Amino acid sequence: MDRFLFLTLDGLSRGAVYAAFALALVLIWRAGRIVNFAQGAMAVAAAYVAYSVTAATGSYWLGFAAALLAGLLLGAIVDIAVMRLVDHRSPLNPVIVALGLVLLIQALLGMVYGNEYLPAQAPMSRTALTVGDTALLSPYDLFVFATVGVVGAALVWIFTRTAIGLRMRAAAFAPEVSRLLGVNVGGMLTLGWALASGVGALAAMLVIPTELGLHPHAMDMVFVSAFTAAVLGGLDSPPGAVVGGLGVGLLLSYVSGYAGGDLIPLAVLALLLTVLLLRPGGLFATVTARRV
Amino acid sequence: MTADLLTAEALASGYGPVPVLHGVDLRVPTGTITAVIGANGAGKTTLLRTLSGMLRPSAGRIMFDGQDLRGTPVEQLVRRGVAHVPEGRGVIGELTVAENLRLGALWRRDRRDAARALDEVYQLFEPLARRRRHLGHQLSGGERQMLALGRALVARPRLLLLDEPSLGLAPRVVAQTMALLRRLRDDTGLTVLLVEQNVRSALAVADQGIVMSLGRVVLAAPAERLRDDTDLRHAYLGF
Repeated sequence: MDRFLFLTLDGLSRGAVYAAFALALVLIWRAGRIVNFAQGAMAVAAAYVAYSVTAATGSYWLGFAAALLAGLLLGAIVDIAVMRLVDHRSPLNPVIVALGLVLLIQALLGMVYGNEYLPAQAPMSRTALTVGDTALLSPYDLFVFATVGVVGAALVWIFTRTAIGLRMRAAAFAPEVSRLLGVNVGGMLTLGWALASGVGALAAMLVIPTELGLHPHAMDMVFVSAFTAAVLGGLDSPPGAVVGGLGVGLLLSYVSGYAGGDLIPLAVLALLLTVLLLRPGGLFATVTARRV
Repeated sequence: MTADLLTAEALASGYGPVPVLHGVDLRVPTGTITAVIGANGAGKTTLLRTLSGMLRPSAGRIMFDGQDLRGTPVEQLVRRGVAHVPEGRGVIGELTVAENLRLGALWRRDRRDAARALDEVYQLFEPLARRRRHLGHQLSGGERQMLALGRALVARPRLLLLDEPSLGLAPRVVAQTMALLRRLRDDTGLTVLLVEQNVRSALAVADQGIVMSLGRVVLAAPAERLRDDTDLRHAYLGF
């Protein structure tokens, strides 16, 4: 029972990161109907920026802030310099371009930083606090929960309460009408990319210290898991992404705890396949109201 | 004679290689209602889309209040004082009534007047005030019409471009809409350019009628002449 509790809490902590990363995928999907396959690579690039800044200044938190900033900027740049120039009439085009971007970013990171694992420090202890004999959460787990919670709440606030959020939603739902109402639709799309990429960078900063370390491919498996989480949630639904992320985190934690860590990639792919076969619209799929 | 708020000269445009408008000239005097009428495929919607910049004209020019509108990005147009209510009215179904209306006024710097304009719209269209929190796609056709018009009005436009405001609406609602346009013209000096297939309703409120056919203006005449001159009506409108 103790083991189950530990695996559950560990899975939720991991799932919070997947939720954040899935949320980033959902943001771009909603804004521009693109699955951003380059998100993992972009997030890793931001994490490398953090590595450099931390190495130069000695401060983890400066590096952390730099990663978020780099994530925001990289998202905007990818939209303006790449995605905007892609012909979106076929949905395959942006997908191929995003995959190309993955190769490009990972190759560049490998050239600059080398293709080996660099140490990534967590800013606080990762040793679980124990109550009696039961291992519960580590301070770092709590930090992950709090950070993802704050980011999620901030996103909800931005989209539902602010003028810019209203513009972003309108631009995504009805670009042409929004332009007639004075909304800079292209700018809103860029902002969506920046926000999503910033959230992705945050997820990378949170998850990389819990794994082998910093590597150009460090987010590949996280991307697959988070993508599964996003699909599980319906790709269109932010709450779905959060629930999907937590669900995938739990599943992977149980699989690695009871069956062995080697099975994790298999379990993710099996889940993805199951969702796509049984409920391709995701658990939170709603009937599309718009067919105008 | 008042000055023209909007003029188009030798306007040509189309979709890719397919030309739709051929040398369209029109003048919309300030403070009047102009109805563009014509059959399906006459180029009415294309004309509005070209005027509001969603289609780039391949030739000709568009003058609004003495300024050339060509090259003005679509999203800047509402700041110049042109509001375009598109075909099907463009209510955003995923947003609430209140959000749709807010969206129409977001660009405005004068927040106080924007709030006042919003209040006026809620007074003008009482059903909208009651359904503030409802999503756009939950509204009836008539309510959507109110919402689309109200959303255009919170921008306090000088020129209102309306694409088929009568489409899919009950005759009574159409009559109310037309009466409202006339009232806005009289009370606020609003200039309206509307495109209609419903010739009778449109000519009933319009000051000027413009008949289009196959991408050209074939006749521009005072609306009452189009209404009352049987020969003209037979020749150009077919009834």
